[in-house]
Amino acid sequence: MAGSTLASPSAEPVSGPAQTSAATSPARETWKRFRRHKLAMASSFVLGTLILGVLIGPWLWPVAINEIDFSAQLQTPSWAHPFGTDDLGQDLLARMIYGGRISLAVGLAAMVVATFFGILIGAIAGMSRGYVDNFLMWVTDLFLSLPQLPLLLLVIYFFREQLKAMFGVEGGVFILIVIVIGGLKWMPVARLVRAQFMSLREKEFVEAARAHGATKFRQMIHHILPNAVGPVIVAATIEVSSAIIAESTLSFLGLGFPPDIPTWGRLLFDAKDHLDSAPHWALFPGAAIFLTVLSINFIGDGLRDALDPRLKRS
Amino acid sequence: MGAYLLRRLLIAIPSLLGISLILFTVLALAPGDPFSEMATNPNVPPEVREALRASFGLNDPIMVRYLRWLSNMVQGDWGFSFASRINVDQLILQRVPTTLFVVGSSQILALCIALPVGIYAATRPYSIFDQVANTLAFVGFSLPTFFTGLLLILIFSVTLDWFPFVYRSDLAATGWRWYWEMFRQAIMPITVLGLFQAASYTRYVRSAVLDVIRLDYVTTARAKGLGEKTVTLRHITRNALIPVVTLVALQMPAVFGGAIVTEQIFRIPGIGSLLIDAILANDTPVIMAVTFVFACLVVLFNLIADLLYGWLDPRISFS
Repeated sequence: MAGSTLASPSAEPVSGPAQTSAATSPARETWKRFRRHKLAMASSFVLGTLILGVLIGPWLWPVAINEIDFSAQLQTPSWAHPFGTDDLGQDLLARMIYGGRISLAVGLAAMVVATFFGILIGAIAGMSRGYVDNFLMWVTDLFLSLPQLPLLLLVIYFFREQLKAMFGVEGGVFILIVIVIGGLKWMPVARLVRAQFMSLREKEFVEAARAHGATKFRQMIHHILPNAVGPVIVAATIEVSSAIIAESTLSFLGLGFPPDIPTWGRLLFDAKDHLDSAPHWALFPGAAIFLTVLSINFIGDGLRDALDPRLKRS
Repeated sequence: MGAYLLRRLLIAIPSLLGISLILFTVLALAPGDPFSEMATNPNVPPEVREALRASFGLNDPIMVRYLRWLSNMVQGDWGFSFASRINVDQLILQRVPTTLFVVGSSQILALCIALPVGIYAATRPYSIFDQVANTLAFVGFSLPTFFTGLLLILIFSVTLDWFPFVYRSDLAATGWRWYWEMFRQAIMPITVLGLFQAASYTRYVRSAVLDVIRLDYVTTARAKGLGEKTVTLRHITRNALIPVVTLVALQMPAVFGGAIVTEQIFRIPGIGSLLIDAILANDTPVIMAVTFVFACLVVLFNLIADLLYGWLDPRISFS
């Protein structure tokens, strides 16, 4: 498990008789285990390429995303338009690069929100016994049985006008979607963190810290949390892919980002009525979502093997 | 058993109250109501609009409105749909059977795939079959339902022209022909939802069976000379299913979420597409009722999961 402050990996091992030749830092150990998961390695490469593509894409392919050209409607892929064009003759590659930035940013930002609330609530529940814990777990279960997608649809459809007025079209919808998705996906992290805290707080090293007079807060931040971080990283990785799917679903239902912000889900929504004449329009963004989610899931699987030796298979 | 059921139902009530309060507050805080479109209609004077709002009690505080909604709901009055001009309960009753048919069939399909594949993969861990199944499961739950839906339409409706891609509840045919047409139009939505769920269930089944398969009682069963088939089916599977039931119950919100998407793609007249229409039409009573029905279905399936526990695991007593 990735420790917090293990600074010098090679300085001490001479004195410790237990440590033989395995003088590797936890980070390197983790990396070694991660590298063994071939699909996770391949996925890191695919995801890296996708991220790099959407980041530097606009320089390599400087075509406007909203350049309407009625002479080039619904064209299949060609050299002029590698991914073809849509019903207004707009270049799909440029739109996908732009939309990919938003889709990936939503996924990451929503993960940060969800993980933050998950750790916060899970840590409080795990450290306190009695009614605080019971109440927080009741709230977690309540949120787990909320009808998520309907609620997401409702909140975003009804509140996007207000936020648009406050933060502009792009920023307003972005903030809203991130907060709502994050606010509905923290529960798995909270449960995980609580379970980790419950078992770790009884361990000897925490007891030692308590004996030294560490406050509850210090025990949590300095002693328990760093040891619970492995499974949380794995869960956070999966949150990214589930947030990307959630955003794409909203946009696909026409209730997420507005048409002038072509996220991958929104492109699919626009494409679904032209499946017979322009299948490429739906296939490229769909494949992009699929590849992103698949590679994140494989990376999460690889991280699970690497970060949690107890859960390691075989 | 009866007492246990009653107690579980009583525990479900605070959750349902909490969920409905959250939903109601979100809806009440939302700007716009069914009368907002009248604001732009020059034939409706503002006083009339205000009087209408007041007569529906839309100007009262949220808690008052919530309690009124609750008491009406309990008495069976689910409100009136402003967009469809009929009572909400009738509207929902028309739509619920379709949704339950599609969701139920897809769950059966998912379990029919996941149970055999998961069990077989776990009895031969790290074999070729296991690795292929595991990779396919990853692919399966990374494929969002909206994309698989479009792909199936593209392949089977547009290219091959085997199945219709619009679901109709008013099929003209009768008798066997009706069943055949129904099967043809339902097969794609059920496949989309079923395969997506099958992928995650397969992983659950596999890891649950792996947890059980190394336990001592399994060795004992083999040692006393039971056949491999009996050991796997009667001893391993039955115990492995207990955690699987929990995980399947926890998946229910996602399943109904997937149902909304598939209903939208294939234009199935279920409660999912009703919800989307209601949101777009700002039809507050319908939105509230449909989301609440979704919540009730989720709670109901959790309850069924709890009852299944008792059947699977005789150690759990309901008294």
